[in-house]
Amino acid sequence: MAYEWDFAAVFRHSDLLLEGAANTFRLAGSALLIALPLGLAVAMLRLARIPVLSWLLAITTDIFRTAPSIVLIYWFFFAFPILAGVDFAGHTAVTLALGLQTGAYMAEVFRGGIISVDRGQWQAATALGMGSATRMRTIILPQAVRRMIPIFFTRITELYKATSLAAAISYAEIVQMANRAASETFRPMETFTIVALFFFTTIFCVSRLVRAIERRVAVPE
Amino acid sequence: MADEVLRVEGLHKHYGPLHVLRGIDLTVRRGEAVVILGASGSGKSTLLRCLNFLEMPGAGRIHLEGRLVGREARDGRIRYPNRELSALRMRVGMVFQQFNLFPHMTAERNVMIGPMKLRGLSEAEARRVAAANLEKVGILEKARSYPAQLSGGQQQRVAIARALAMEPSMMLFDEVTSALDPELVGEVLLAMRQLREDGMTMLIVTHELGFAYNVADRVVFMEHGVIHEEGTPQQVLLNPQRPRTRDFLRSHTLFRLPEQMHDDPPGPFALTTREQG
Ligand SMILES: Nc1ncnc2c1ncn2[C@@H]1O[C@H](COP(=O)(O)OP(=O)(O)OP(=O)(O)O)[C@@H](O)[C@H]1O
Ligand SMILES: [Mg+2]
Repeated sequence: MAYEWDFAAVFRHSDLLLEGAANTFRLAGSALLIALPLGLAVAMLRLARIPVLSWLLAITTDIFRTAPSIVLIYWFFFAFPILAGVDFAGHTAVTLALGLQTGAYMAEVFRGGIISVDRGQWQAATALGMGSATRMRTIILPQAVRRMIPIFFTRITELYKATSLAAAISYAEIVQMANRAASETFRPMETFTIVALFFFTTIFCVSRLVRAIERRVAVPE
Repeated sequence: MADEVLRVEGLHKHYGPLHVLRGIDLTVRRGEAVVILGASGSGKSTLLRCLNFLEMPGAGRIHLEGRLVGREARDGRIRYPNRELSALRMRVGMVFQQFNLFPHMTAERNVMIGPMKLRGLSEAEARRVAAANLEKVGILEKARSYPAQLSGGQQQRVAIARALAMEPSMMLFDEVTSALDPELVGEVLLAMRQLREDGMTMLIVTHELGFAYNVADRVVFMEHGVIHEEGTPQQVLLNPQRPRTRDFLRSHTLFRLPEQMHDDPPGPFALTTREQG
Protein backbone atom coordinates (compact mmCIF):
# COMPACT_ATOMS: atom_id res chain seq x y z
CA MET A 1 0.00 0.00 0.00
CA ALA A 2 1.43 3.35 -1.02
CA TYR A 3 2.03 5.94 1.63
CA GLU A 4 -0.44 8.78 1.49
CA TRP A 5 1.31 12.09 1.86
CA ASP A 6 -0.61 14.70 3.77
CA PHE A 7 1.11 18.00 4.12
CA ALA A 8 -2.04 19.84 5.17
CA ALA A 9 -1.67 18.74 8.79
CA VAL A 10 1.86 20.03 8.88
CA PHE A 11 0.91 23.33 7.31
CA ARG A 12 -1.67 23.81 10.05
CA HIS A 13 1.31 23.82 12.44
CA SER A 14 3.47 25.96 10.23
CA ASP A 15 3.78 28.57 13.00
CA LEU A 16 5.99 26.08 14.86
CA LEU A 17 8.25 25.58 11.87
CA LEU A 18 8.39 29.28 11.09
CA GLU A 19 9.43 30.07 14.62
CA GLY A 20 12.03 27.32 14.39
CA ALA A 21 13.34 28.71 11.11
CA ALA A 22 13.62 32.18 12.61
CA ASN A 23 15.59 30.78 15.55
CA THR A 24 17.85 28.82 13.21
CA PHE A 25 18.63 31.98 11.28
CA ARG A 26 19.23 33.86 14.51
CA LEU A 27 21.63 31.20 15.78
CA ALA A 28 23.60 31.01 12.56
CA GLY A 29 23.69 34.79 12.28
CA SER A 30 24.89 35.48 15.79
CA ALA A 31 27.49 32.68 15.64
CA LEU A 32 28.79 34.12 12.37
CA LEU A 33 28.92 37.56 13.94
CA ILE A 34 31.33 36.13 16.49
CA ALA A 35 33.23 33.88 14.12
CA LEU A 36 34.26 36.31 11.40
CA PRO A 37 35.89 39.07 13.46
CA LEU A 38 37.29 36.50 15.87
CA GLY A 39 38.79 34.47 13.03
CA LEU A 40 40.39 37.55 11.47
CA ALA A 41 41.76 38.74 14.80
CA VAL A 42 43.20 35.35 15.71
CA ALA A 43 44.76 34.99 12.26
CA MET A 44 46.43 38.41 12.57
CA LEU A 45 47.71 37.71 16.06
CA ARG A 46 49.10 34.35 15.04
CA LEU A 47 50.80 35.86 12.01
CA ALA A 48 52.34 38.54 14.22
CA ARG A 49 54.35 35.72 15.84
CA ILE A 50 54.13 37.10 19.35
CA PRO A 51 56.06 34.43 21.29
CA VAL A 52 53.72 32.92 23.92
CA LEU A 53 50.46 34.33 22.59
CA SER A 54 50.78 32.83 19.11
CA TRP A 55 51.43 29.41 20.65
CA LEU A 56 48.48 29.70 23.03
CA LEU A 57 46.22 30.72 20.17
CA ALA A 58 47.39 27.78 18.08
CA ILE A 59 46.50 25.35 20.89
CA THR A 60 43.14 26.99 21.57
CA THR A 61 42.24 26.99 17.88
CA ASP A 62 43.08 23.30 17.70
CA ILE A 63 40.94 22.49 20.73
CA PHE A 64 37.94 24.18 19.19
CA ARG A 65 38.53 22.65 15.79
CA THR A 66 38.92 19.10 17.03
CA ALA A 67 36.01 19.03 19.48
CA PRO A 68 32.73 17.69 18.06
CA SER A 69 30.23 20.55 17.88
CA ILE A 70 27.76 18.73 20.06
CA VAL A 71 30.38 18.35 22.81
CA LEU A 72 31.04 22.08 22.74
CA ILE A 73 27.31 22.78 22.91
CA TYR A 74 26.87 20.53 25.95
CA TRP A 75 29.95 22.04 27.53
CA PHE A 76 28.79 25.62 27.11
CA PHE A 77 25.27 24.68 28.20
CA PHE A 78 26.06 22.56 31.27
CA ALA A 79 29.65 23.20 32.37
CA PHE A 80 30.42 26.79 31.46
CA PRO A 81 27.61 28.43 33.49
CA ILE A 82 28.79 26.60 36.60
CA LEU A 83 32.45 27.47 36.07
CA ALA A 84 31.75 31.08 35.18
CA GLY A 85 29.04 31.49 37.80
CA VAL A 86 26.60 32.87 35.25
CA ASP A 87 23.28 31.67 34.07
CA PHE A 88 22.42 31.85 30.43
CA ALA A 89 19.92 30.61 27.95
CA GLY A 90 20.35 27.84 25.42
CA HIS A 91 20.68 30.42 22.66
CA THR A 92 23.78 31.92 24.26
CA ALA A 93 25.38 28.53 24.89
CA VAL A 94 24.91 27.39 21.30
CA THR A 95 25.99 30.74 19.90
CA LEU A 96 29.20 30.59 21.92
CA ALA A 97 29.91 26.96 21.07
CA LEU A 98 29.33 27.31 17.33
CA GLY A 99 30.64 30.89 17.11
CA LEU A 100 33.93 30.02 18.76
CA GLN A 101 34.34 26.82 16.79
CA THR A 102 33.61 28.49 13.49
CA GLY A 103 35.92 31.32 14.60
CA ALA A 104 38.68 28.76 15.01
CA TYR A 105 38.04 27.40 11.52
CA MET A 106 37.87 30.92 10.10
CA ALA A 107 41.18 31.80 11.74
CA GLU A 108 42.80 29.02 9.74
CA VAL A 109 41.00 30.11 6.59
CA PHE A 110 42.13 33.72 7.00
CA ARG A 111 45.65 32.66 7.89
CA GLY A 112 45.92 30.38 4.88
CA GLY A 113 44.51 33.07 2.60
CA ILE A 114 46.88 35.73 3.89
CA ILE A 115 49.92 33.47 3.65
CA SER A 116 48.99 32.48 0.11
CA VAL A 117 49.41 36.04 -1.16
CA ASP A 118 52.66 36.23 -3.11
CA ARG A 119 55.71 37.61 -1.31
CA GLY A 120 56.19 40.11 -4.10
CA GLN A 121 52.89 41.74 -3.14
CA TRP A 122 54.07 42.34 0.42
CA GLN A 123 57.34 43.70 -0.89
CA ALA A 124 55.78 46.01 -3.44
CA ALA A 125 53.41 47.42 -0.83
CA THR A 126 56.24 47.86 1.65
CA ALA A 127 58.49 49.44 -0.96
CA LEU A 128 55.79 52.03 -1.69
CA GLY A 129 55.99 53.04 1.98
CA MET A 130 52.88 51.34 3.33
CA GLY A 131 52.81 50.47 7.01
CA SER A 132 51.62 47.02 8.02
CA ALA A 133 48.00 48.06 8.61
CA THR A 134 47.57 49.82 5.26
CA ARG A 135 49.36 47.00 3.49
CA MET A 136 47.08 44.41 5.06
CA ARG A 137 43.89 46.36 4.39
CA THR A 138 44.45 47.55 0.85
CA ILE A 139 46.77 44.96 -0.69
CA ILE A 140 46.85 41.64 1.16
CA LEU A 141 43.33 41.09 2.52
CA PRO A 142 41.49 42.01 -0.68
CA GLN A 143 43.48 39.36 -2.53
CA ALA A 144 43.27 36.82 0.30
CA VAL A 145 39.53 37.20 0.80
CA ARG A 146 38.79 36.75 -2.90
CA ARG A 147 40.55 33.41 -2.79
CA MET A 148 38.81 32.44 0.44
CA ILE A 149 35.21 32.94 -0.72
CA PRO A 150 34.56 29.26 -1.61
CA ILE A 151 35.95 28.04 1.73
CA PHE A 152 33.97 30.73 3.54
CA PHE A 153 30.87 29.35 1.93
CA THR A 154 31.69 25.78 2.98
CA ARG A 155 32.30 26.88 6.55
CA ILE A 156 29.12 28.92 6.70
CA THR A 157 27.16 25.96 5.39
CA GLU A 158 28.67 23.71 8.05
CA LEU A 159 27.81 26.22 10.73
CA TYR A 160 24.29 26.57 9.43
CA LYS A 161 23.68 22.84 9.53
CA ALA A 162 25.36 22.50 12.93
CA THR A 163 22.71 24.79 14.44
CA SER A 164 20.38 21.78 14.31
CA LEU A 165 22.48 20.25 17.09
CA ALA A 166 20.89 22.79 19.40
CA ALA A 167 17.87 20.46 19.42
CA ALA A 168 19.95 18.30 21.77
CA ILE A 169 19.52 20.90 24.50
CA SER A 170 15.90 21.48 23.47
CA TYR A 171 16.57 24.86 21.95
CA ALA A 172 13.68 25.81 19.68
CA GLU A 173 15.48 25.84 16.34
CA ILE A 174 13.83 24.28 13.33
CA VAL A 175 14.66 20.61 14.00
CA GLN A 176 13.44 20.83 17.59
CA MET A 177 10.26 22.53 16.41
CA ALA A 178 9.85 19.90 13.71
CA ASN A 179 10.00 17.23 16.39
CA ARG A 180 7.22 18.98 18.17
CA ALA A 181 5.17 19.42 15.00
CA ALA A 182 5.70 15.78 14.09
CA SER A 183 4.45 14.52 17.43
CA GLU A 184 1.42 16.79 17.29
CA THR A 185 0.48 15.91 13.71
CA PHE A 186 1.74 12.31 13.66
CA ARG A 187 3.24 13.25 10.32
CA PRO A 188 7.06 12.94 10.79
CA MET A 189 7.69 12.10 7.13
CA GLU A 190 6.04 15.23 5.83
CA THR A 191 7.51 17.37 8.57
CA PHE A 192 11.09 16.29 8.03
CA THR A 193 10.72 16.38 4.26
CA ILE A 194 9.83 20.02 4.67
CA VAL A 195 12.77 20.60 7.00
CA ALA A 196 15.14 18.97 4.50
CA LEU A 197 13.72 21.15 1.73
CA PHE A 198 14.12 24.15 4.00
CA PHE A 199 17.84 23.49 4.41
CA PHE A 200 18.30 22.70 0.75
CA THR A 201 16.52 25.84 -0.42
CA THR A 202 18.24 28.25 1.93
CA ILE A 203 21.71 26.84 1.24
CA PHE A 204 21.00 26.85 -2.47
CA CYS A 205 20.04 30.53 -2.31
CA VAL A 206 23.14 31.37 -0.35
CA SER A 207 25.31 29.50 -2.83
CA ARG A 208 23.78 31.57 -5.64
CA LEU A 209 24.43 34.73 -3.68
CA VAL A 210 28.01 33.69 -3.03
CA ARG A 211 28.53 32.98 -6.70
CA ALA A 212 27.14 36.38 -7.60
CA ILE A 213 29.49 38.02 -5.12
CA GLU A 214 32.40 36.03 -6.50
CA ARG A 215 31.62 37.20 -10.01
CA ARG A 216 31.16 40.73 -8.83
CA VAL A 217 34.58 40.98 -7.19
CA ALA A 218 36.42 38.83 -9.72
CA VAL A 219 39.39 40.37 -11.47
CA PRO A 220 40.93 39.13 -14.71
CA GLU A 221 43.60 36.53 -14.06
CA MET B 1 77.28 67.69 -0.33
CA ALA B 2 74.01 69.16 -1.40
CA ASP B 3 73.66 67.35 -4.69
CA GLU B 4 74.25 63.93 -3.21
CA VAL B 5 71.01 61.99 -3.19
CA LEU B 6 72.48 58.81 -1.77
CA ARG B 7 75.64 58.08 0.13
CA VAL B 8 76.38 54.58 1.36
CA GLU B 9 79.31 54.05 3.71
CA GLY B 10 80.75 50.70 4.70
CA LEU B 11 77.52 48.78 4.22
CA HIS B 12 77.49 45.16 5.35
CA LYS B 13 74.82 42.49 5.24
CA HIS B 14 74.88 38.97 6.59
CA TYR B 15 72.39 36.18 6.03
CA GLY B 16 73.31 33.93 8.91
CA PRO B 17 76.90 32.93 8.28
CA LEU B 18 76.74 34.22 4.70
CA HIS B 19 78.50 37.59 4.37
CA VAL B 20 76.71 39.01 1.33
CA LEU B 21 77.65 42.70 1.40
CA ARG B 22 81.16 43.28 2.63
CA GLY B 23 81.62 47.01 2.90
CA ILE B 24 79.91 48.92 0.13
CA ASP B 25 80.78 52.57 -0.44
CA LEU B 26 78.70 54.29 -3.06
CA THR B 27 77.54 57.78 -3.84
CA VAL B 28 74.82 58.77 -6.27
CA ARG B 29 74.42 62.43 -7.18
CA ARG B 30 71.21 64.13 -8.21
CA GLY B 31 70.19 63.35 -11.77
CA GLU B 32 72.78 60.63 -12.08
CA ALA B 33 72.07 57.17 -13.52
CA VAL B 34 74.34 54.54 -12.03
CA VAL B 35 74.30 51.00 -13.39
CA ILE B 36 75.38 48.09 -11.22
CA LEU B 37 76.80 45.06 -12.98
CA GLY B 38 77.96 41.83 -11.43
CA ALA B 39 77.71 38.09 -11.57
CA SER B 40 74.78 36.22 -10.09
CA GLY B 41 75.07 36.10 -6.33
CA SER B 42 77.44 39.06 -6.11
CA GLY B 43 74.93 40.91 -3.91
CA LYS B 44 73.33 43.38 -6.33
CA SER B 45 69.76 42.70 -5.30
CA THR B 46 70.71 42.60 -1.64
CA LEU B 47 72.29 46.04 -1.96
CA LEU B 48 69.17 47.52 -3.57
CA ARG B 49 66.91 45.85 -1.02
CA CYS B 50 68.97 47.26 1.81
CA LEU B 51 68.73 50.73 0.31
CA ASN B 52 64.98 50.85 0.76
CA PHE B 53 65.03 48.56 3.77
CA LEU B 54 63.21 45.57 2.40
CA GLU B 55 66.20 43.96 4.10
CA MET B 56 67.70 45.42 7.23
CA PRO B 57 71.30 46.37 6.58
CA GLY B 58 73.95 45.35 9.08
CA ALA B 59 76.87 47.64 9.83
CA GLY B 60 77.29 50.80 7.82
CA ARG B 61 75.45 54.02 7.16
CA ILE B 62 73.02 55.18 4.54
CA HIS B 63 72.50 58.88 3.93
CA LEU B 64 69.57 60.01 1.86
CA GLU B 65 69.65 63.62 0.65
CA GLY B 66 72.34 64.45 3.16
CA ARG B 67 70.61 62.95 6.19
CA LEU B 68 71.61 59.81 8.00
CA VAL B 69 68.85 57.21 7.87
CA GLY B 70 68.05 55.84 11.32
CA ARG B 71 69.41 56.92 14.67
CA GLU B 72 72.81 56.04 15.96
CA ALA B 73 72.71 54.33 19.35
CA ARG B 74 75.40 54.50 22.07
CA ASP B 75 77.06 51.31 20.87
CA GLY B 76 77.51 52.78 17.39
CA ARG B 77 74.84 50.55 15.86
CA ILE B 78 72.06 52.24 13.96
CA ARG B 79 68.42 51.77 14.89
CA TYR B 80 65.78 52.08 12.23
CA PRO B 81 62.36 53.05 13.61
CA ASN B 82 59.49 51.74 11.47
CA ARG B 83 57.93 55.14 11.04
CA GLU B 84 61.12 56.56 9.61
CA LEU B 85 61.51 53.62 7.26
CA SER B 86 58.02 54.06 5.80
CA ALA B 87 58.78 57.72 5.17
CA LEU B 88 62.09 56.82 3.58
CA ARG B 89 60.54 54.20 1.30
CA MET B 90 58.20 56.84 -0.06
CA ARG B 91 61.25 58.79 -1.19
CA VAL B 92 63.01 55.80 -2.77
CA GLY B 93 61.03 54.18 -5.57
CA MET B 94 61.64 50.54 -6.35
CA VAL B 95 60.88 48.48 -9.44
CA PHE B 96 61.16 44.70 -9.30
CA GLN B 97 62.08 42.03 -11.79
CA GLN B 98 58.66 40.40 -11.33
CA PHE B 99 56.68 43.69 -11.66
CA ASN B 100 54.59 42.86 -8.56
CA LEU B 101 51.63 44.92 -9.69
CA PHE B 102 48.59 44.58 -7.46
CA PRO B 103 46.46 42.14 -9.49
CA HIS B 104 43.13 43.22 -7.97
CA MET B 105 43.49 46.79 -9.18
CA THR B 106 43.49 48.37 -12.62
CA ALA B 107 46.72 49.91 -13.88
CA GLU B 108 45.38 53.31 -12.90
CA ARG B 109 44.47 52.16 -9.38
CA ASN B 110 47.89 50.60 -8.97
CA VAL B 111 49.38 54.03 -9.54
CA MET B 112 46.75 55.89 -7.48
CA ILE B 113 46.92 53.78 -4.35
CA GLY B 114 50.25 55.10 -3.08
CA PRO B 115 49.44 58.81 -3.51
CA MET B 116 45.99 58.28 -1.95
CA LYS B 117 46.96 56.16 1.04
CA LEU B 118 50.39 57.61 1.72
CA ARG B 119 50.56 61.13 0.33
CA GLY B 120 47.02 62.03 1.31
CA LEU B 121 45.88 62.96 -2.18
CA SER B 122 42.20 62.98 -3.00
CA GLU B 123 40.83 60.50 -5.50
CA ALA B 124 40.65 63.17 -8.21
CA GLU B 125 44.18 64.40 -7.56
CA ALA B 126 45.52 60.86 -7.49
CA ARG B 127 43.81 60.14 -10.79
CA ARG B 128 45.56 63.14 -12.35
CA VAL B 129 48.90 61.99 -10.93
CA ALA B 130 48.28 58.51 -12.28
CA ALA B 131 47.40 59.80 -15.73
CA ALA B 132 50.52 61.97 -15.85
CA ASN B 133 52.79 59.10 -14.85
CA LEU B 134 51.15 56.50 -17.07
CA GLU B 135 51.56 58.99 -19.91
CA LYS B 136 55.22 59.39 -19.05
CA VAL B 137 55.83 55.67 -19.58
CA GLY B 138 53.61 55.62 -22.64
CA ILE B 139 50.82 53.46 -21.37
CA LEU B 140 47.97 55.82 -20.57
CA GLU B 141 45.64 53.99 -22.96
CA LYS B 142 45.84 50.92 -20.70
CA ALA B 143 44.80 52.79 -17.55
CA ARG B 144 41.64 50.74 -17.11
CA SER B 145 43.22 47.36 -17.78
CA TYR B 146 44.03 44.88 -15.06
CA PRO B 147 47.61 43.63 -14.79
CA ALA B 148 46.64 40.20 -16.13
CA GLN B 149 45.43 41.88 -19.30
CA LEU B 150 48.78 43.52 -19.97
CA SER B 151 51.98 42.20 -21.51
CA GLY B 152 55.06 41.94 -19.33
CA GLY B 153 56.53 45.10 -20.82
CA GLN B 154 53.31 47.01 -20.20
CA GLN B 155 53.09 45.71 -16.65
CA GLN B 156 56.63 46.78 -15.96
CA ARG B 157 55.95 50.27 -17.27
CA VAL B 158 52.91 50.51 -15.00
CA ALA B 159 55.16 49.44 -12.13
CA ILE B 160 57.55 52.26 -13.01
CA ALA B 161 54.64 54.71 -13.08
CA ARG B 162 53.46 53.41 -9.70
CA ALA B 163 56.86 54.17 -8.17
CA LEU B 164 57.09 57.55 -9.90
CA ALA B 165 53.71 58.62 -8.54
CA MET B 166 55.24 58.81 -5.07
CA GLU B 167 57.57 61.51 -6.43
CA PRO B 168 60.65 59.77 -5.10
CA SER B 169 64.08 61.37 -4.81
CA MET B 170 65.57 58.39 -6.53
CA MET B 171 64.58 55.12 -8.15
CA LEU B 172 65.99 51.64 -7.74
CA PHE B 173 65.63 49.15 -10.60
CA ASP B 174 66.45 45.49 -9.98
CA GLU B 175 66.82 43.62 -13.28
CA VAL B 176 63.52 45.03 -14.44
CA THR B 177 63.82 43.55 -17.93
CA SER B 178 65.08 40.09 -16.98
CA ALA B 179 61.63 38.51 -16.81
CA LEU B 180 60.56 39.95 -20.17
CA ASP B 181 60.40 38.37 -23.59
CA PRO B 182 63.23 39.82 -25.69
CA GLU B 183 60.94 41.88 -27.90
CA LEU B 184 59.48 43.63 -24.85
CA VAL B 185 62.79 44.66 -23.31
CA GLY B 186 63.22 47.72 -25.51
CA GLU B 187 60.03 49.52 -24.51
CA VAL B 188 60.95 49.32 -20.82
CA LEU B 189 64.52 50.46 -21.41
CA LEU B 190 63.24 53.36 -23.49
CA ALA B 191 60.95 54.44 -20.67
CA MET B 192 63.91 54.33 -18.32
CA ARG B 193 66.05 56.37 -20.67
CA GLN B 194 63.27 58.93 -20.87
CA LEU B 195 63.28 59.11 -17.07
CA ARG B 196 66.98 59.70 -17.04
CA GLU B 197 66.55 62.53 -19.55
CA ASP B 198 63.89 64.01 -17.26
CA GLY B 199 66.56 64.15 -14.58
CA MET B 200 65.51 61.26 -12.35
CA THR B 201 68.24 59.89 -10.11
CA MET B 202 68.52 56.18 -10.74
CA LEU B 203 70.38 53.15 -9.45
CA ILE B 204 69.95 50.33 -11.91
CA VAL B 205 70.90 46.66 -11.72
CA THR B 206 70.85 45.23 -15.22
CA HIS B 207 72.58 42.84 -17.55
CA GLU B 208 71.80 45.06 -20.56
CA LEU B 209 75.30 46.26 -21.36
CA GLY B 210 74.15 48.36 -24.30
CA PHE B 211 71.76 50.22 -22.04
CA ALA B 212 74.51 50.72 -19.47
CA TYR B 213 76.81 52.05 -22.14
CA ASN B 214 74.30 54.45 -23.63
CA VAL B 215 72.40 55.66 -20.60
CA ALA B 216 74.55 55.33 -17.48
CA ASP B 217 76.68 58.14 -16.13
CA ARG B 218 78.62 55.64 -14.13
CA VAL B 219 78.99 51.88 -14.09
CA VAL B 220 79.76 49.95 -10.94
CA PHE B 221 80.97 46.36 -11.08
CA MET B 222 80.20 44.28 -8.00
CA GLU B 223 81.97 41.08 -7.06
CA HIS B 224 81.50 39.06 -3.87
CA GLY B 225 79.77 41.85 -2.00
CA VAL B 226 82.21 44.65 -2.73
CA ILE B 227 82.54 47.22 -5.47
CA HIS B 228 85.32 45.79 -7.55
CA GLU B 229 85.62 48.42 -10.25
CA GLU B 230 83.81 51.61 -11.08
CA GLY B 231 83.99 54.38 -13.63
CA THR B 232 82.39 55.86 -16.72
CA PRO B 233 80.71 53.39 -19.10
CA GLN B 234 83.61 53.77 -21.53
CA GLN B 235 86.15 53.01 -18.83
CA VAL B 236 84.41 50.02 -17.30
CA LEU B 237 82.79 48.49 -20.37
CA LEU B 238 85.39 49.15 -23.06
CA ASN B 239 88.53 49.36 -20.97
CA PRO B 240 88.10 47.32 -17.80
CA GLN B 241 91.16 47.31 -15.55
CA ARG B 242 90.46 44.33 -13.32
CA PRO B 243 90.57 40.70 -14.54
CA ARG B 244 87.24 39.81 -12.89
CA THR B 245 85.52 42.64 -14.72
CA ARG B 246 87.06 41.51 -18.00
CA ASP B 247 85.89 37.91 -17.45
CA PHE B 248 82.40 39.10 -16.68
CA LEU B 249 82.22 41.31 -19.77
CA ARG B 250 83.69 38.60 -21.97
CA SER B 251 81.03 36.12 -20.83
CA HIS B 252 78.34 38.70 -21.56
CA THR B 253 79.55 39.53 -25.05
CA LEU B 254 80.48 36.04 -26.24
CA PHE B 255 77.80 35.98 -28.91
CA ARG B 256 77.69 39.53 -30.23
CA LEU B 257 76.59 40.24 -33.77
CA PRO B 258 79.36 41.19 -36.20
CA GLU B 259 79.85 44.96 -36.31
CA GLN B 260 78.63 45.54 -39.88
CA MET B 261 75.19 44.31 -38.92
CA HIS B 262 74.85 47.51 -36.91
CA ASP B 263 75.08 49.54 -40.12
CA ASP B 264 71.41 49.36 -40.80
CA PRO B 265 69.41 51.08 -38.08
CA PRO B 266 71.01 49.95 -34.81
CA GLY B 267 68.88 49.17 -31.79
CA PRO B 268 68.64 52.04 -29.36
CA PHE B 269 71.03 50.42 -26.94
CA ALA B 270 73.61 48.75 -29.15
CA LEU B 271 77.02 49.04 -27.56
CA THR B 272 78.37 51.21 -30.38
CA THR B 273 75.75 53.93 -30.66
CA ARG B 274 76.39 56.14 -27.66
CA GLU B 275 75.80 59.69 -28.79
CA GLN B 276 78.65 61.88 -27.67
CA GLY B 277 78.09 65.19 -25.91
N1 LIG C 1 66.86 36.09 2.07
C1 LIG C 1 68.05 35.47 1.91
N2 LIG C 1 68.46 34.54 2.80
C2 LIG C 1 69.66 33.92 2.65
N3 LIG C 1 70.53 34.17 1.65
C3 LIG C 1 70.18 35.09 0.74
C4 LIG C 1 68.92 35.79 0.82
N4 LIG C 1 68.85 36.63 -0.23
C5 LIG C 1 69.99 36.47 -0.92
N5 LIG C 1 70.80 35.56 -0.35
C6 LIG C 1 72.13 35.15 -0.83
O1 LIG C 1 72.92 36.29 -0.92
C7 LIG C 1 73.77 36.24 -2.06
C8 LIG C 1 73.56 37.48 -2.90
O2 LIG C 1 72.25 37.43 -3.45
P1 LIG C 1 71.67 38.56 -4.38
O3 LIG C 1 70.27 38.19 -4.69
O4 LIG C 1 71.92 39.88 -3.77
O5 LIG C 1 72.58 38.40 -5.67
P2 LIG C 1 72.44 39.12 -7.06
O6 LIG C 1 73.74 39.78 -7.32
O7 LIG C 1 71.23 39.96 -7.10
O8 LIG C 1 72.29 37.88 -8.03
P3 LIG C 1 71.35 37.70 -9.34
O9 LIG C 1 72.11 38.31 -10.49
O10 LIG C 1 71.23 36.23 -9.46
O11 LIG C 1 70.04 38.39 -9.06
C9 LIG C 1 73.44 34.96 -2.75
O12 LIG C 1 74.40 34.00 -2.40
C10 LIG C 1 72.10 34.56 -2.21
O13 LIG C 1 71.95 33.17 -2.17
MG1 LIG D 1 69.36 39.87 -8.11
